[in-house]
Amino acid sequence: MSEHDVLNPKVMPHDPERATLEGKNKFLGFWFFLGGETVLFASLFGTYLALRNSTNGGMASNELFGLELVFIMTMFLLTSSLTSVYAMYHMKNNDFKKMQLWLGITVALGFAFLACELYEFYHYIHEYEFTFRSSAFGSAFYTLVGFHGGHVVFGLMWILALMFRNAKRGLNLYNAPKFYVASLYWHFIDVVWVFIFTVVYLMGVL
Amino acid sequence: MADKGTEVHEELDYHKYKKKEEMKRQVITFALMIVFTIIAFGMVVSGLDKLFIIPIILVLAAVQVGFQLYYFMHMSHKGHEMPALMLYGGVFIAFLTVLTMLVLIWW
Repeated sequence: MSEHDVLNPKVMPHDPERATLEGKNKFLGFWFFLGGETVLFASLFGTYLALRNSTNGGMASNELFGLELVFIMTMFLLTSSLTSVYAMYHMKNNDFKKMQLWLGITVALGFAFLACELYEFYHYIHEYEFTFRSSAFGSAFYTLVGFHGGHVVFGLMWILALMFRNAKRGLNLYNAPKFYVASLYWHFIDVVWVFIFTVVYLMGVL
Repeated sequence: MADKGTEVHEELDYHKYKKKEEMKRQVITFALMIVFTIIAFGMVVSGLDKLFIIPIILVLAAVQVGFQLYYFMHMSHKGHEMPALMLYGGVFIAFLTVLTMLVLIWW
């Protein structure tokens, strides 16, 4: 069997993302990275919690935040997490077209989330003149939520790059770990968002 | 030869069945996550006491993240000992970090 056949089995092995040594290493390395990301976001959450009442005489969180938009954003991101699970389901069944379709839906939902977030920031800046420089609360808020938004942008670019790069190549054991790791990243973005909507928005309006 | 063919076929069907079962569990997980989210938002809107709501919504968030990790990110599968070690290592440091920041502003 040539190398080509090894990477293109007729039937996907049970865990295609860990079928090769490279895949195994990617999988482990990525989880290590996620552990580090957890610490990174914890430092931003800690900073936010410490500074959230330092409003410098400006708007406080309970005057600023509205829950309707945050609820819609949460639904977009939560649903996109499920659609990427569907994408990985089709990956394991070696159904490339369906995987691409579900990844496409995931990306669309991610963009919808991002559009809401941009609208939110625009609204705060222009309607309430609440900016990064308004107060320590403002700096901590935009750093934490903006960093998460940056992760969403990066995740979208990552998934789109994988989709276009492999559009004609199809699915094989070389790129299956790449798709899998990108989907882990996307789930992690939702994990962080769960804490953002709870700690920043829900606790912010109480 | 023919026997081997059916054997492979049966194994394939078995794997397909297992994957379908898992997908079902993941959809149930998703439904529960939506319900938890609605409860969290609903409690905040309801205007109950702050000290009552905050612990509950934090627990709801933690459970939701557990679902995400164990079902959506497959941490319940075999071969996830190292990922669990790395992630929980991160969570431990994260806990200390948040605690430190909060203690710093205590005074």
